[in-house]
Amino acid sequence: MHISEGVLGAPVLVAGAAVAVACTAVGLKKLELDRVAQAGILSAAFFVASLIHVPVGPSSVHLILNGIVGLLLGWAAFPAILTALVLQAMMFQYGGITTLGVNTVIMALPAVVCYHLCGPFIHKPPRIAVPAAFACGAGSVFLGAILAGASLIFTEGSFLEVAGLIVTAHLPVMAIEGIVTVFCVAFLKKVKPEMLPGYDAAVFAQAKN
Amino acid sequence: MIRESFSEGNSWIHGIDPRLRVTGATAFAVVVAVSYDFRTLTTALLLALCMALSARLDFREVMRRLLAPLIFLLLLWAVLPWSYEGDTLKVWGPLVITRPGVTLCAQISLKTICLMVAFMALVATMTVDTLGHTLNRLWLPDKMVHMLLITYRYLFVIELEYQRLVRAMKIRNFHPKTNLHSYRTYAYLVGMLFVRASERARRVHSAMICRGFNGRFVSLRTFPPNLRNYIFLLGISFSIVVLVTLEWMK
Repeated sequence: MHISEGVLGAPVLVAGAAVAVACTAVGLKKLELDRVAQAGILSAAFFVASLIHVPVGPSSVHLILNGIVGLLLGWAAFPAILTALVLQAMMFQYGGITTLGVNTVIMALPAVVCYHLCGPFIHKPPRIAVPAAFACGAGSVFLGAILAGASLIFTEGSFLEVAGLIVTAHLPVMAIEGIVTVFCVAFLKKVKPEMLPGYDAAVFAQAKN
Repeated sequence: MIRESFSEGNSWIHGIDPRLRVTGATAFAVVVAVSYDFRTLTTALLLALCMALSARLDFREVMRRLLAPLIFLLLLWAVLPWSYEGDTLKVWGPLVITRPGVTLCAQISLKTICLMVAFMALVATMTVDTLGHTLNRLWLPDKMVHMLLITYRYLFVIELEYQRLVRAMKIRNFHPKTNLHSYRTYAYLVGMLFVRASERARRVHSAMICRGFNGRFVSLRTFPPNLRNYIFLLGISFSIVVLVTLEWMK
């Protein structure tokens, strides 16, 4: 989910950069020194995981996974996604200098929103946790597509058709991200539940007994 | 494998102080991104091509990197010329091609190619660790630089981990298809990557503590002065002045 260089107008670029700087500052502030390595290496895992292509009929889409990154990192998703985008720009030239801010907001803002909306329900019983995880995965892609579309429309009203195409193209991706997030959260709950938000060791020990 | 192909060259541009290259590229990109005049944009494109030539970038590699944005531009060319309101340029059956629509498409295409080529020539020609030290000197917060460098350091480790997991899946005869089983398998693969990343992060953090990590980023990299820096500084400042003049002085 990248907007390439040269497409957006100055006001949108400036607004995107300002929001990205402010939210990254919050993310860095909330990131304790003990978790810098954690966030850095998870950001590397996020980068590698986004190279995975999953088949959809005859074609394939690559995973975005900003929902899971939000769940794992909370506000630190901003610096983590910014880092991943800088690396993508350096290695594959996806995106560039002027769009870095907008692209960070497009991916990281939905991650933080989904963290706050869905995070509290992840450790609940499956009938609540499964829809919450699906909403987190699908919702973060949907919000991202909406933000991408909005930044195009605010640049130029006549980008409406292109923006519509982008949101429509992301509908199947949303479904896949939702499903993958559900399974991934279920996996993490079994293997390493303390990685997910709202984990309380005492409550878990009680539930097990 | 993930590779930084442009950083391996050895050209005039590769030897310039990275701080100058990053600031120069940023200034250039900002000016180009807000320009609309065709004289400015063609001059900028020529400048970008000169940079790519003097960085001796591999032409085929550059074209490969341009492929994804070119597809997006193609989409714009397919939609914008007829959906944009304005005076008519040409009528093809029921479709009315408008002049402002075509102009906008041309502007965006020029900008995209120009910005990407300049970025490849100036910034992608350094490795990410050089970029990290450079950004540290350009007053990026220590934590951000730490994250960038740790991510870069462990990117290749995690990638190997990923390849190992994929190999194990293939040996168990996993064939990806459009079904729930495939998606679940990929989700577990992703989950396993995150679990291993987190475990490794714990060990890395302990190792960092053992070596006295206190959050301060100490960069030992030096950027020795050389003549090329001054020439580049002069060249890029002059180019930016020319671009600004072309765009805003009518």
